[in-house]
Amino acid sequence: MSESKPIAVVIGNGMVGHRFCEKLKSKGLYRIIVFGEEPRPAYDRVHLSEYFNGKSASDLSLPMTGWFEDDEIVLHLGDPIREIDRHQRIVHSAKGIVQPYDVLILATGSSAFVPDINGIEKEGVFVYRTIEDLNKIKAYAPKAKRGAVMGGGLLGLEAAKALLDLGIPETHVVEFAPRLMPRQIDSAGSAALESSLKALGLQLHLNKVTQSIEGHGHIEALQFADESRLHIDMLVISAGIRPRDELARLAGLTVGTRGGIVVNEKLQTSDKHIYAIGECALAQGMIYGLVAPGYEMADVVATNLSEGNKSFTGWDMSTKLKLIGVDVASFGDPFAAEPDSRSIVFDNRASGVYKRINVSADGKYLLGGVLIGDASSYNILLQTVNNRLVLPPNPEDLILGSRDGASEGAGVMNLPDEALICSCESVTKAAICTAVTEKGVTTMDAMKKCTKAGTGCGGCVPLVKDLITGTMKAGGIYVRNTVCEHFDRSRQELFDLIKLHGIKTYEETLSRWGKGDGCEVCKPVVASILASLWNETIAKQAVIQDSNDRYLANIQKGGSYSVVPRIPGGEITPDKLIVLGKVAKKYKLYTKITGGQRIDLFGAHVGDLPAIWEELIEAGFESGHAYGKALRTVKSCVGSTWCRFGLHDSVSFAIEIEQRYRGIRAPHKLKGGVSGCIRECAEAQGKDFGIIATEKGWNLYVCGNGGSRPQHAQLLATDIDKETCIRYLDRFLIFYIRTADPLTRTATWLNKMDGGMSYLRDVVINDSLGMGAQWELEMQDLVDSYKCEWKEVVGDPELRKRFSHFVNVPRKKDPELEFDSMRGQIKAKEW
Amino acid sequence: MATTTITDINWQFACRVEDVPTEGGACVLVEGEQIAIFHFARRGQWYATQNLCPHKQQMALSRGMTGSAGDNNEPKVACPFHKKTFSLETGACLSGEDYQIRTYPIKIKNGKVYIGL
Ligand code: SRM
Ligand SMILES: Cc1cc2nc3c(=O)[nH]c(=O)nc-3n(C[C@H](O)[C@H](O)[C@H](O)COP(=O)(O)OP(=O)(O)OC[C@H]3O[C@@H](n4cnc5c(N)ncnc54)[C@H](O)[C@@H]3O)c2cc1C
Ligand code: SF4
Ligand code: FES
Repeated sequence: MSESKPIAVVIGNGMVGHRFCEKLKSKGLYRIIVFGEEPRPAYDRVHLSEYFNGKSASDLSLPMTGWFEDDEIVLHLGDPIREIDRHQRIVHSAKGIVQPYDVLILATGSSAFVPDINGIEKEGVFVYRTIEDLNKIKAYAPKAKRGAVMGGGLLGLEAAKALLDLGIPETHVVEFAPRLMPRQIDSAGSAALESSLKALGLQLHLNKVTQSIEGHGHIEALQFADESRLHIDMLVISAGIRPRDELARLAGLTVGTRGGIVVNEKLQTSDKHIYAIGECALAQGMIYGLVAPGYEMADVVATNLSEGNKSFTGWDMSTKLKLIGVDVASFGDPFAAEPDSRSIVFDNRASGVYKRINVSADGKYLLGGVLIGDASSYNILLQTVNNRLVLPPNPEDLILGSRDGASEGAGVMNLPDEALICSCESVTKAAICTAVTEKGVTTMDAMKKCTKAGTGCGGCVPLVKDLITGTMKAGGIYVRNTVCEHFDRSRQELFDLIKLHGIKTYEETLSRWGKGDGCEVCKPVVASILASLWNETIAKQAVIQDSNDRYLANIQKGGSYSVVPRIPGGEITPDKLIVLGKVAKKYKLYTKITGGQRIDLFGAHVGDLPAIWEELIEAGFESGHAYGKALRTVKSCVGSTWCRFGLHDSVSFAIEIEQRYRGIRAPHKLKGGVSGCIRECAEAQGKDFGIIATEKGWNLYVCGNGGSRPQHAQLLATDIDKETCIRYLDRFLIFYIRTADPLTRTATWLNKMDGGMSYLRDVVINDSLGMGAQWELEMQDLVDSYKCEWKEVVGDPELRKRFSHFVNVPRKKDPELEFDSMRGQIKAKEW
Repeated sequence: MATTTITDINWQFACRVEDVPTEGGACVLVEGEQIAIFHFARRGQWYATQNLCPHKQQMALSRGMTGSAGDNNEPKVACPFHKKTFSLETGACLSGEDYQIRTYPIKIKNGKVYIGL
């Protein structure tokens, strides 16, 4: 016990209050008593929306390591402070605790600003600030068909995306200003953002002044000043924040005219024993509605209370929106205009990318800017502003990318040592570089441990990685794309070595060229190389396969597996459909048509997999390799056999190709498509390879990709016949398999290739490497040695034995595995 | 690992050596508990931990890929769900988070695997 230590009372256990406690506790000079109004300890409000994406309250909670080891810190939850008695230096809590203090820290945050509109009290109107708010929204959402968010700012758009994620079929955003995110981006940026958001399914209403909320008891419509109306049954208000200064007001502390507890540079209020930090504080006439400046305030007060001397002198308000699917960022002064500055704008409406940078009139410095649709350069641009780096002669390179092939990571090394890289954890460039040079840190994981950089919002991770690589290069450490700490080789080097020496096992590869025991990175890489080269069944070396490959099935939430038989080209007979239905019924599996034109059966117990596959194989099915980095599907459209526009038989060609390349393992999964005409119903241009019928033959496209960064495939050859098409595909695929980095789809592989598409065309069509004939032979070998790996398992009692949950009670199923039900089928239990 | 010297360990038979794949893991049910056993054949060592991954409470660690980390070759397993890695020696999470898993003493005798509870 340390009764003699002075007492610091903290009001509010939010993000900033929590950070303050951590900082102050580490100095060990105070006894800390915390009062929190919310029922749970501090959590990550910044990532609150992830609560709707599967994160639980406990996932969001902030780490409290070492908090309760001693009684130096006491936390009262669900017990707000009602009154501060400044004369006696005592606070009174709602539950009746009377707590004296030596210093008092107000970290009461802010609440959602709720405008005074008629009908605002109606049922179905929510705010978006706490886990409790989200619980209420979640409970109400299933009843709602049309939802709206009032406010098109940073938080409003995030809330709107959350409503979409909750499955509300129609989601609207109502904004009073003529553009979205009016405080961060300009009108052209808003226009680009609007089109991307519409594509996400949001309906936007700008320039709308809401006059009243209509409805009997619960909300039914918004009535606007322009006499229009919007029918909705749920509304989330996100019209700004209001600092929680009510306690401070009551205690007679000075507050701003528009709210906020006035503080000086030391974050002291008008009473020198009381401090205010975070979103409740009005510092330099400003409320800082972001977490990083709040953390800085926490650090300033904790330092000053422990005989240090720090001041809070303002913070950069640059932000990056976390909306999944659309990149939005603004930094520095996004609106700077002539004559003090000139702007460089890149605006591509078709792709939804808009970038604007504001450069000082003398062209020397970057002042700020806006990035929509592609914010990959946000970190470095922000650093360029904050550190007043002198711009290159062609500042447009900053947003267009340098066109003379200079390396991308170069910029970060020019930052000054004191540049703040991770603002959540206040880690500077110098700290990161020193960790590399002096502590031998070379990976992001190790960096997180060593410096805590990147452990907050994670936004700085790409920059930190660039700094690690840059520092290593500068230190003369040759940086290759080595596989992992166990192999000092790139995937391509390992591929060539394994091939040259005819190596067949991981063990031997590790003994010859590796060290240690390997890991979850190099094992699947080598497994994939071995499979690509020798095409032996992967079940023989099960433990080196990525977990899904080890069980020849994809693991699902809860630990059950999915079963995806191959349905080449998406064509299936009624009899086979009946078998799928029967098997699914017998083993109680959830069934769904996949996005790849086949049928997925979910919820299989690991021990049932061999029996399920036995029945499917009996009926003529094969593995669909949905678990492997291998060929998935070749999607087809119905083509000339039925379709009135069809030029050739796309289904037959798709089946032929899917059967040719089935089972072949590659650095990443492979998908194909064949369309019978240019209407492109098979979406072939979104695939790793796509074939489209023309009057004269087929056009072949390669290196397309769906996923989070969709990219269209590019035309490789026109009007070719089937044989030529297959020959080019053989060469293309082997070239990819040999040279791509692990887990690199064909699109990314091409993006990184020197010379790009013209080089690829030269290699594949003009055979510029002289490898064409050999690659065709290698592909033919793979095609000829294909075997269905499930068939091999089903027929081999030793292999079958591996499919059990408990090796000591093989027939017992995992008792923890339970299912819920939904629309007459099972579903995985929430985690 | 099997270096514990405490005498009052309650050793329970878990399975036979050949039930656990070399350089891999398997799950056993011992006294109602799900325990993951890992066999590092190259270095001749065995490890046992809880089967439950603390990240999303999934009974899955035995199905994860094993390996080692760092210069002192700390043995580890990666959960198949989100690849969080855990030290098999200390049970600490190696991917920079505060999770901790339980480890158990383990010994091999006459081709049989025993876990200390
Ligand atoms: C089942 C399915 C969703 C559905 O219900 O429709 C699905 C399910 C999964 N997809 Fe997918 N994807 C499915 C079609 C797609 C498609 C559509 C398509 O193939 O036409 C795409 C976009 C096209 C593309 O890949 O370019 C797609 C892009 C992804 C991606 C992003 C890939 C990328 O390069 O960016 C991932 C992540 C990855 O592979 O790393 C992914 C990963 C996954 C994983 C493996 C996630 C995981 O690790 O658990 C899911 C496995 C579930 C399971 O157990 O089967 N899935 N996934 C679809 C299975 C198709 C099939 O029959 O095999
Ligand atoms: C959905 C959402 C997304 C966000 N996204 C971002 C982002 O991307 N980037 C970013 O930088 N910021 C973001 N923010 C803002 C960020 O969360 C806040 O800046 C940060 O939480 C402020 O911390 P704080 O401790 O000042 O306030 P809070 O975290 O609000 O904590 C204040 C706490 O004090 C409690 N309290 C109030 N009065 C009393 C009392 N009398 N007695 C006891 N307890 C009391 C409150 O209940 C609350 O728990 C987001 C916020 C939300 C809601
Ligand atoms: S199926 Fe694909 S898109 Fe859907 S949740 Fe899984 S990975 Fe994401
Ligand atoms: S459940 Fe194990 S890492 Fe997520």
